[in-house]
Amino acid sequence: MTQAPILPAPILSVEHLTTSFRAGSGWRAVIRDIGFQVHAGETVAIVGESGSGKSVTALSAMRLLPRDTARIQGRIALNGRDLLTLPEPQMRAIRGGEIGMIFQEPMTSLNPVFTIGNQLAEAIVLHSDKSWTEAEAEAVRLLERVRIPAAKSRLHEYPHKFSGGMRQRVMIAMALACRPKLLIADEPTTALDVTIQAEILALIRALQAEENMAVLFITHDMGVVAEVADRTVVMFRGDMVETGPTARIFASPEKPYTRALLAAIPRLGSMGDSPGPRRFPDVDAATGRITEGRALPPPDTTHAAPVVSVQNLSVRFDVPNGRVHAVENVSFDLHPGETLALVGESGCGKSTTGRAILRLQQATEDSIVINGRNIEDMHGAHLRDMRRHAQMIFQDPFASLNPRIPVGKAILEPILSHRVLPRDKARARVETLLHQVGLPPEVAGRYPHEFSGGQRQRISIARALALDPSFIVADEAVSALDVSVKAQVANLLMDLQAEHGLAYLFISHDMSVVERISHRVAVMYFGEIVEIGPRAEIFGNPQHPYTRRLIEAVPIPDPARRGTRPHVAQEQVRSPIRPLDYILPKREYRTVSPGHYVQTGGVFGT
Amino acid sequence: MNRIAQALVRRLAGMAIVLAIVATVVFLIVRVTPGDPAAVMLGSDATPEDIAQLREKLGLNAPLVVQYGQFLWGLLHGDLGQSIFLNQSVGQALLSRAEPTFFLTLFAILIATAIALPVGVLSAVKRGTLFDQIVVTVTMVAASVPSFWLGLVLIQIFAVQMGWFPASGYGGPDTPFGARLHHLILPAITLGVVNSALITRFTRAAMLDVLGDDYIRTARAKGAGEGRVVLKHALRNAMVPIITVIGLSVAMLVAGAVVTESVFGLPGVGNLVVSAVLRRDYPVIQGTLLAAAAIYVLINFIVDMLYVVADPRVKL
Amino acid sequence: MTLVPAALRPLLRNRAVVFGMIVLAIVVLAAIFAPLLAPYAPNRLSIVNKLKPPSAAHLFGTDEFGRDIFSRAIFAGRISLLVSLGVVALSTVLGLILGVLAGYFRRLDAPISRLIDAMMSFPDILLAIALVAALGPSVVTVIIALGITYAPRLARIVRGSTLVLREMPYIEAAITLGLPTWQVIGRHLLLNLASPILVQATFVFASAMLAEASLSFLGVGVSTDMPTWGTMLASGREYMSNAPWLMVFPGLAIVFSVLSLQLLGDGLRDLVDPRLSKEH
Repeated sequence: MTQAPILPAPILSVEHLTTSFRAGSGWRAVIRDIGFQVHAGETVAIVGESGSGKSVTALSAMRLLPRDTARIQGRIALNGRDLLTLPEPQMRAIRGGEIGMIFQEPMTSLNPVFTIGNQLAEAIVLHSDKSWTEAEAEAVRLLERVRIPAAKSRLHEYPHKFSGGMRQRVMIAMALACRPKLLIADEPTTALDVTIQAEILALIRALQAEENMAVLFITHDMGVVAEVADRTVVMFRGDMVETGPTARIFASPEKPYTRALLAAIPRLGSMGDSPGPRRFPDVDAATGRITEGRALPPPDTTHAAPVVSVQNLSVRFDVPNGRVHAVENVSFDLHPGETLALVGESGCGKSTTGRAILRLQQATEDSIVINGRNIEDMHGAHLRDMRRHAQMIFQDPFASLNPRIPVGKAILEPILSHRVLPRDKARARVETLLHQVGLPPEVAGRYPHEFSGGQRQRISIARALALDPSFIVADEAVSALDVSVKAQVANLLMDLQAEHGLAYLFISHDMSVVERISHRVAVMYFGEIVEIGPRAEIFGNPQHPYTRRLIEAVPIPDPARRGTRPHVAQEQVRSPIRPLDYILPKREYRTVSPGHYVQTGGVFGT
Repeated sequence: MNRIAQALVRRLAGMAIVLAIVATVVFLIVRVTPGDPAAVMLGSDATPEDIAQLREKLGLNAPLVVQYGQFLWGLLHGDLGQSIFLNQSVGQALLSRAEPTFFLTLFAILIATAIALPVGVLSAVKRGTLFDQIVVTVTMVAASVPSFWLGLVLIQIFAVQMGWFPASGYGGPDTPFGARLHHLILPAITLGVVNSALITRFTRAAMLDVLGDDYIRTARAKGAGEGRVVLKHALRNAMVPIITVIGLSVAMLVAGAVVTESVFGLPGVGNLVVSAVLRRDYPVIQGTLLAAAAIYVLINFIVDMLYVVADPRVKL
Repeated sequence: MTLVPAALRPLLRNRAVVFGMIVLAIVVLAAIFAPLLAPYAPNRLSIVNKLKPPSAAHLFGTDEFGRDIFSRAIFAGRISLLVSLGVVALSTVLGLILGVLAGYFRRLDAPISRLIDAMMSFPDILLAIALVAALGPSVVTVIIALGITYAPRLARIVRGSTLVLREMPYIEAAITLGLPTWQVIGRHLLLNLASPILVQATFVFASAMLAEASLSFLGVGVSTDMPTWGTMLASGREYMSNAPWLMVFPGLAIVFSVLSLQLLGDGLRDLVDPRLSKEH
């Protein structure tokens, strides 16, 4: 487990691998001089941020890049056989036969118009002389091996009937159909919820042990690396920065980039007793020198009236075969200078809650008071006026700015529209706002496509601040960013809060970021808040079984603590659609300590 | 089963609404005529008595609402009205001219699909090659050629010069069926070729789209050969948009038939409507429009049903 | 405004698009300067010169009345361009209004969409013929007829794009920032609808040219003293065997004009939708 066994010959050996893409008339190298080995029974992780070339490395090994636009040079050997010189028919026998591969997007990686039985059987028939009937029987066994309940009856179902986690299990079954020597897993859990990620990782580990298989694991998540990898290759912009045993990389990273990467990772449980948020460490990119983040004071909530007060918010939609209870009975207060994190997995209703508070989504029942004014029946000019106080930052930095409007104008527009300032003063205000989010004033004339994801998110923040709001909904505002950028933007949000006394509703699925940034945490499950309380209480003394499961499932970026975590329960598939006449039972909450409430009874496990 | 029945009823209700709007539009088209439709129809040398008589016959003296009610009431009973110049009801006029139009459209769509599907798929698979470039260029040019011009050119070459096919006409009821169909070959090629350009381009685009999908990479990753990847995994997924465009083409062929029939002198529905326009025979124009729209709605319905078969995610 | 040439520059790298732009420019310039370019008046009769093959005196030959085909084709281009431009303008305005209303305001979606469905279920030429029959043949009525015929196509595209755009975070951000609805639609939405509309309008331009030619050919198009390519072909078909130039030149004029628009439309679409552009 801790040390790779020293074997005479590796399963996969990559030497001096350089892959180039056609660019105009020439070639542009996207990965340069990559070299590593993977032995039987061993897991090697390739880790890096977006654009590091980690996926290209994996696709090069499979020779899955388009031949007319990609050129692969160097040597990639499987059991000593050079794959790059192999004729295509023999390479086909390798793909799916000796190397299995799974991909990031389980939702789109299965062919939607064929049953999973058909797709599994195809993988078997392609590499053996089994008949179709035999292959289907084998497919059932494979589905059982990846722990899909009622495997036999589900064989003839189409992919859209399966959840994301279940589809990834099917993908794994397909990749392992012919007992390959090597499994390449390209971000296999990135698109999945954290509890499902834990299950999939456990499954891959178990199957690897059974077959003594070599695994090449591509990921951006250092937590996952710490969890699964014996050895690690760190990549940055197409270059191999550092490679070595995972434990050594984490304990004593040699290169500044690796140090910076490790410093930026949010680590669950790193907060100790500090009651308020704590900034992420600042890292000097050139030297890798780390300045520990300072703790921020908790806001004084005893005297101030809440900025936002939400009472019994419910959002329901009618669908053809029933009703979706997206949000049920959500209530909370939010004070100036305070961050309430709304956490939960996809589909739990946390985003809908945020959108309903800002009236981007019509609530079924609610009483929402912002700055002392009930917004329930607000329309037209009143509603627009309310919007000055409540703003939103969106998840996708590429979609949250209008591509046709220069960023300065985008920030200027609301100031002029609400007649907050005259035009000349408004321009000065735009410069101040850009300065506050760490951008020089001359960027105002540029268009969104000229900025990186992190910069765009800063611009979105500046735009949200333009009207000097008291309350901001940050809907997965840092989730789409690379880890180092994520830490910087989170720090910016904390600084702005300290400066302006902003109240944040921080919607996130990322427990480690939430732990850093929030004062209080509310855990949502199937549209309801199952537990709410001060951050230290929720993370230190979680009461609800779902809260515990959510925290336990987070990978810990520390190879030394691998395997110490309890096994996470099986994925539960439930439908959020209920009959039209369904009436939600009355929920009870128990007070654990002042401000810490937990739902009793309720949906979980019932 | 119950759910499917419900869904069917919903679909049919939607079709009924669309057809009701269609009927209303058709009714209104004639009423937007500047001046008295009866006077326009009869021309400048009509006497006031003739006009009054025609107004009576067309029911133009009743209030608009009543006229509309009568129009809809007639439609519900399958009554499309009475032609003014032909000694026939509109329904009879349409039916008696349906045969050449039906076979022309049928052959044209068969020709178009038979060319377009293989060429489009191959062009997508061989993207960027000389073959692909030729296909892209030829279909682009073909889509720019007016069908009547292509028809005239084909007549000149294959009927006048070569004498392989008749230049125009269709033959009467006593002409043998085979000989009548012989008259349709050139028109069907004309119409089919123009439409195959559209379907080819669409098939190519749909295939290229699908070939970039994640599950194609999955199929390659499990060692499937290119033939299997293209014919099994890609084509099956591309079929949904391709079915749509073929369905749309049938509707466009109906419009194309109007022009083609005129070029080849085929006594079909297209010819009927052109002569009706020249003679201001409004009931015939209305009837033809309604029939064409109804056929389109029906084809759309069939296409939707085919979706359900082609894509398991699509529910009725 | 300096953005425009920069944004359109990639178009110039596409040889097909450049070809299309040159052809289109020739057609447009010829139409504008027709009185200067045409060697003869388009309707000048000269029975002695009837059905003359192309020569130095008559570049494209003469027709059955001895009229100069080249001059007539140039003047016909004016009608064709005028009608097509009118159709594009009318159908774009109608399509934009209907499409934005249906796509942005949920309550209007169902009724407007049904109306679009109903209008799209008429075969295009047939609907145009019926409208011309009702309104009487003239340049304006043909524009109205074809404009109404093609408006639903644009409306459908605009509605689809609006539905996608209104879910975009930057539109939601504009709403959250408290901008009035007219500003959200008029600035944020329209700016981003411009590209898909431009692409579709180019294709409608091409379709309108073909349709106008078809209507003229059938004898139910614009009726003016000026020739159109469609009427030239219709009257020339009788002499097709002996005087093929009567058919060749007006036909080629249509083909090249329509082709240039299709090429331009394809180029614009590739530019607007990078996902499609890599397919070439």
